[in-house]
Amino acid sequence: MDSSTPNPTPGLSRRIVTASTQGEEPEKPQQDSSQEKTRTAAGRERRIALRVSWRTKFAEHTFKYAMLGCSLAVLAVMALIFVQLVLHSRLSLHQFGFKFFVGSVWDPVSGEFGAWPFIFGTLLSSFVALVIAVPLAVGVALFVTEMCPRPLRGFISFMVELLAAIPSVIYGLWAIFILAPLMRQYVEPWLGKYFGWTGLFTGPAYGIGMLAAGVILAIMIIPIISSITREVMQVVPQQQREGVLALGATRWEMIRMGVLRNARAGIFGAVILGLGRAIGETMAVTMVIGNRPAVAKSLFAPGYTMASVIANEFSEATDDLYLSALVEIGLALLIVTVIVNACARLLVWSITRGTPSRSYV
Amino acid sequence: MFSAKGVLGLRRRFTNHLFTAAAALASLLVLAPLFAIFGYLLYRGLGSVNWAFLTHTPKPIGETGGGMANAIVGSGLILAIASAIGIPLGIGAGIYLSEYGKSRYAQVVRFTADVLNGVPSIVMGIAVYGLVVLPQGHFSAFSGGVALGIMMIPTIARTTEEMLAMVPNVIREAALGLGIPQWRTTLSITLRTATSGVITGVMLAFARVAGETAPLLFTAFGNQYWSLKPNQPTAALPLQIYVYAISPFDEWHRQAWAGALVLIAIIVGAVSIVRVIAARHQVSHSA
Repeated sequence: MDSSTPNPTPGLSRRIVTASTQGEEPEKPQQDSSQEKTRTAAGRERRIALRVSWRTKFAEHTFKYAMLGCSLAVLAVMALIFVQLVLHSRLSLHQFGFKFFVGSVWDPVSGEFGAWPFIFGTLLSSFVALVIAVPLAVGVALFVTEMCPRPLRGFISFMVELLAAIPSVIYGLWAIFILAPLMRQYVEPWLGKYFGWTGLFTGPAYGIGMLAAGVILAIMIIPIISSITREVMQVVPQQQREGVLALGATRWEMIRMGVLRNARAGIFGAVILGLGRAIGETMAVTMVIGNRPAVAKSLFAPGYTMASVIANEFSEATDDLYLSALVEIGLALLIVTVIVNACARLLVWSITRGTPSRSYV
Repeated sequence: MFSAKGVLGLRRRFTNHLFTAAAALASLLVLAPLFAIFGYLLYRGLGSVNWAFLTHTPKPIGETGGGMANAIVGSGLILAIASAIGIPLGIGAGIYLSEYGKSRYAQVVRFTADVLNGVPSIVMGIAVYGLVVLPQGHFSAFSGGVALGIMMIPTIARTTEEMLAMVPNVIREAALGLGIPQWRTTLSITLRTATSGVITGVMLAFARVAGETAPLLFTAFGNQYWSLKPNQPTAALPLQIYVYAISPFDEWHRQAWAGALVLIAIIVGAVSIVRVIAARHQVSHSA
């Protein structure tokens, strides 16, 4: 480089310097060239260069810190949610302690609050939803990525995306007027007749109840499970598929050995993510679960979930203890969903951006 | 191929077909509710959406007619407030993550944004109730807007980051090489190149919060009358649908379906615009 030798024509020197730095370090051409400039150019030009760089630096820092501030908003929101929930539930936290989560009496009139019926309802309805949703969601993902004819591919994935765009309250509306009557007239009598012996499908068929809530939840969480499953299956290297096929496997065997085996951690992550959605889902469930704080074994019976008790009673809660008990349920909901989502994210992240999947079959 | 039929065991061939059929059936089962929901929405809603529905406020119980004009406008107001909060912060956070985000701190922000995305909307409602409604002393459109706005931040931040990361580095280098400062490059070159992608993210976040009901239950609260001031309880379309759906009146049920059709039209409209923009973007890239 000729930057050390004094040059009588500054314009020429700059051109040469810029050209040579561009060739050498393509990442930061601007910084490098300005450094070179200050080192080589004549005094007048150096002053100008310095002044420009001071201004630029100021703007640069202002911009960077403004953007940093925006990113801080993400952390601030998370922190604020936690602080608010802890702050407003401290009354109930003090009064009941751990008993709050195992007590099964919810009586706002006498001031007795136990959240077990709601926790049970949330767990059961989410479990029912997963049992229905997981096979269907993985099936759709497999069909779209591995089996279906190319023209159909975009159509089906668009349709499943659309399913995710429907608001919860519209699912609820549909569930009240279409799904629940359907369950009452056809599905529940049939289940009671053939599977009544399990004890899960006994009692009168109201239509509205735990099973209806589970079904509507399943429909709502299928899109997220299937889209993330698709994502992790696409990361499985193509050679893996070709290798298994070359060994004489049928398509299903290729999927089982080449795709599912490599993607299983990610699929598990997708399922947990779906679970997180199901736990926190409020409106549709509130509209069809029946809203009765009771622990029943039968899926036909009405129940209550953590999210729906908040939705139903929060704006009616008159005394402070009642309100703080509801906020404590919200706090429990927050902690559970944060843990569930954190686990799922780590699992999915480790698949989609970490090293390519282990290559063994 | 001709010999494969003979070589493959019957059982293996059968399993293969069985699972192919099962996957196809799963797809049909998943798409069935979609068609059922849209079908019923059109069937029940189309008959009820009329001029009165779009221009009148709700009538008292027992009277027929009336509409959801105040709820539609209220939703617009709440969403405007939400967008004013969520879009700038979200895009800013996305720019930070994409252009400066190599640190450990950025990784923490990414992770928090993803976790925040999964926090139930009703929990957001409680937090905003404590943060805005309690100090203010009453329900308001503003608090509803805050609740929806902070829900938009993580979604927009992550999609913006993704879209900016897709802009080839060569473009940044070219701009910097011309002597344009980095902040200017980011705003006028990088962000400009990724505009359609960023808009996609914004519209998706918008569509998602437009249908949210749970966080509005005890922030915006709802209102049977016109309320255009941001510090008053305000009607919102999803809230109105919810209240009408769980009511015992046929007339209100009818209106709930009509409201649902309007809501879904707004959301599907937003998503479709996104698809069109995204498709055009892809074409321009490959060309």
